[in-house]
Amino acid sequence: MSRFRRTIRENAVPFALISPAILVILIVVLLPLLFSFYTSFSNYKLIRPDTLWDWIGLRNYERIMGDWDFWVAFGRTVLFLTVALNLEMLFGLGLALLVNKITYGQRTMRTIMMFPMMFSPILVGFQFKYLFNDTIGLVNNALQALGITHEAIPFLVDRWWAFFSIAFAEIWMSTSIFAILILAGLFAMPKDPVEAAKVDGCSNWQVFRHITLPFLMPFIYIAMTIRSLDVARAYDVVDVMTGGGPAGRTELLWTLIARTAYDDARMGRANAMAYVSILLSIFFTWYFFRKLMDARKHLGAF
Amino acid sequence: MAEVSLKNVVKRYGALEVVHGIDLEIAHNEFVVLVGPSGCGKSTTLRMIAGLEDISDGEIAIGDKVVNMLPPRKRNISMVFQNYALYPHMSVRENLGFSLKIAKRAPEDITKAVDDAADILGLTELLERTPAELSGGQRQRVAMGRAIVRHPDVFLFDEPLSNLDAKLRTQMRVEIKKLHSKVKTTIVYVTHDQIEAMTLADRIVIMKDGHIVQIGTPLEVFERPVDTFVAGFIGSPPMNLIEGSVKDDHVVFSDGRSLPVPPDFTGKIANGRRVVFGFRADVLMPKGHTLAESGVLHDIDLTIDMAEPLGSESILLTTLGGQDIQARMHNPRPVTSGEVLTCELHLEKCHLFDADTTQSLRG
Repeated sequence: MSRFRRTIRENAVPFALISPAILVILIVVLLPLLFSFYTSFSNYKLIRPDTLWDWIGLRNYERIMGDWDFWVAFGRTVLFLTVALNLEMLFGLGLALLVNKITYGQRTMRTIMMFPMMFSPILVGFQFKYLFNDTIGLVNNALQALGITHEAIPFLVDRWWAFFSIAFAEIWMSTSIFAILILAGLFAMPKDPVEAAKVDGCSNWQVFRHITLPFLMPFIYIAMTIRSLDVARAYDVVDVMTGGGPAGRTELLWTLIARTAYDDARMGRANAMAYVSILLSIFFTWYFFRKLMDARKHLGAF
Repeated sequence: MAEVSLKNVVKRYGALEVVHGIDLEIAHNEFVVLVGPSGCGKSTTLRMIAGLEDISDGEIAIGDKVVNMLPPRKRNISMVFQNYALYPHMSVRENLGFSLKIAKRAPEDITKAVDDAADILGLTELLERTPAELSGGQRQRVAMGRAIVRHPDVFLFDEPLSNLDAKLRTQMRVEIKKLHSKVKTTIVYVTHDQIEAMTLADRIVIMKDGHIVQIGTPLEVFERPVDTFVAGFIGSPPMNLIEGSVKDDHVVFSDGRSLPVPPDFTGKIANGRRVVFGFRADVLMPKGHTLAESGVLHDIDLTIDMAEPLGSESILLTTLGGQDIQARMHNPRPVTSGEVLTCELHLEKCHLFDADTTQSLRG
């Protein structure tokens, strides 16, 4: 006890100095968190504030377990995440490998590569909504003008086309995150092991497969971690392009949660959904972070 | 099992030519060391043999096959890199067996080849570790093991010991020498360290500015350097080189002192010719501190500036003809600076070079 007191006394000034920061964090982060966690056990409806005190225990969670729409959105989010991340990784890798080969104008290319990241996701959503529109959309007009199709493709209406369209927008916007990180990896890559592998009998493909790719994996996992957090809370692009519709065909977790919270005003229920959804983010982050740690173990000797 | 032959090999980077048409024939099982100061083109030459650099002109053959256009993997060579270049994500076992795996050899063959190589290099205990867990010397050994498992036609070493500390370097030098007698393969070895070159090589190739200056056995390049560059580069301490002009079979230096022309050259050098008189510290010894040797000796009084005692001998720093030179003192006694010692110069082991062309005047 006396040691504890001494610690306090010796560190009184530092404690005093960081206390405002801690206080702010308590107010703006911890309190809302606790509040939302509490409401997930209540029947809180935005339009009837008194329902805040209507404690219903685990009923929100029980309902979610049996809620087919929620689990479809959950599954669709996982699918969306898988498709988007893998394609972004492949395109990003390809882009990085190409840009790495450029000797003239590489800086310019790198800057251009970053452009999609500079736009607001909402605007990207609007842009693709226009491009994929079935009457005035550029894509449909072009396809028909070229005689490839005679009928408009319902890009934003058909279940799978709509999924394709939002994935396309998401990938267009974020492939450069992979490209930039992988390019950084390529720049950091030592030449010696590559040359050793060539002497050891590797073709170019084998060098890539056995030497370059293992070296790049940590960089890929960093991008995966960042992007999995991003995509697991995907909302803006989807909401603008399809609004989760039509008829819930492109509903992802967060469009569903937002609808439940603000359109249906069932905040308690929405918060319960959010807490279940968070598990998804936590799982992906944990998974990729573990992969990253595994892959990084060997880098010290490169 | 192969000879290596370089015919007029040129390397250019754009307009810059770094290797100027070198010719070199390396015999089967021969240990050849390319040595020279940094930037002399020795590493580039090695990398051209490996196929890691294109050659701009000329021809490289390994065995009886011209390999100019072949990628490294089709040349059946092994290379040990300066920074070891191990595959960090693989265990030592996987590192050693990687080339065999790529060559699609049967797993049991790979295990056997790896175990054999590990045995030769004392790596058996380390097989399951990753490179990050190894010391510099151990990594070096793994790099060598990776080279020997494949039984290549030619081994290429690119300054393999320069990242090791002095003690380990001496030790690895011995191991490389042993390795060569065990595996009996042609070796091309690049170093900037003339001691490595002298101790390891069957033949030394001395390079400078993209040219080969001299090719010969260690003793040949030591005893018969073709020019002042080789004379200064090979041997430690470097050869003493003093400029002067010939007058009646004597070389007269700028400070007015002179030495007789070595017996090999007597009567052959015209009066007035500018020459460089060269001799090693080993052939200039204070009277009473020499090795018992017979021959043409010349006495000369020298003022000693400083002595560097090495225990069994001392290196004496002095001046002659306006040049700092070094002499060697056997069974040393303490020498005070400013002391004048009469030294014996072993004239038969002295050299004369042309002062303008720097070439040896030996016929």
